[in-house]
Amino acid sequence: MELANIEILVEKYENAQTSLQEETTLRNYFTGGNVAPHLQEYEYMFNYFANSKDETYTKTIELEPKKSKKRNLKWLSVAASVVLLLSVFIGKHEYDRYQAKKQFAQITKGLMLLSSNLKKGEKALASLHIYENTVNKILK
Amino acid sequence: MKQSDFLKVVLPFKDKVFRLAKRLLVSTEEAEDATQELLFKLWKSKEKIADYKNVEAFAMTMTKNYCYDRLKSKQANNLTLVHSNYKEKDTSLDKKIEHQDSVNQVHELIKTLPEQQKIIIQLRDVEQYDFDEICKMIDMKPTAVRVALSRARKTIREALIKKHNYGVS
Repeated sequence: MELANIEILVEKYENAQTSLQEETTLRNYFTGGNVAPHLQEYEYMFNYFANSKDETYTKTIELEPKKSKKRNLKWLSVAASVVLLLSVFIGKHEYDRYQAKKQFAQITKGLMLLSSNLKKGEKALASLHIYENTVNKILK
Repeated sequence: MKQSDFLKVVLPFKDKVFRLAKRLLVSTEEAEDATQELLFKLWKSKEKIADYKNVEAFAMTMTKNYCYDRLKSKQANNLTLVHSNYKEKDTSLDKKIEHQDSVNQVHELIKTLPEQQKIIIQLRDVEQYDFDEICKMIDMKPTAVRVALSRARKTIREALIKKHNYGVS
């Protein structure tokens, strides 16, 4: 390819007006080695483009395993919610029992207080009774 | 669609998907993950694929969108692993090194381009797609694609010239 022709193509290339065939022509020229010094930058560019096309995806394509992973995750969330529910239920139960115990203790304490106070009153009454008896004796 | 049929459809363009992903995500691992994820997505929607005329273009569009999402979510940690197994040439060592360095420079320069120009350069100059196909893949008007491509090419060239004259003048 003549240099003049290449220069025209390069101009078109810069303006993104080259067709794919024209770009192939340019690619062949610039990767061929014999490049005019003032167009050296294009040599780098085209070499880079050609080299990047060699890169390939080498890993094996996996189409199945991720599915099971996802399913596991789903089951995990189900299990977690069950555990949460159960713990809330048991917690509530325990709390209720604790509350009842506390109430019972309070009531017993209250009743104890009442009974002790009643006993005090009884004693006082007993002494009053003795007093009345003596008074009666004397008066008789 | 059986797995073997699916692979037959997918294999011709899996490298292109990978290269586009790598262009956008930079790191090789990220690109590999993206490719795997994408092929898996395609496999899941394999019933729909049968209806598409151009699975390849569809896959490229998906790749682009997926990579954009990855870039947006800051999960993508930019590990830069530059791939550099360039072909051996019959030039003297220092010249070879200089040459390779310049070719690497192109890689670095493309990295600095806006995402859209990166994609277009990748699709046109590396993968050599038709303009019509590119328009479909990235959902842009032909004139807009040409303008972006021209801008990208000029930017790369000017930057290369600048770098080369730096030591001289």
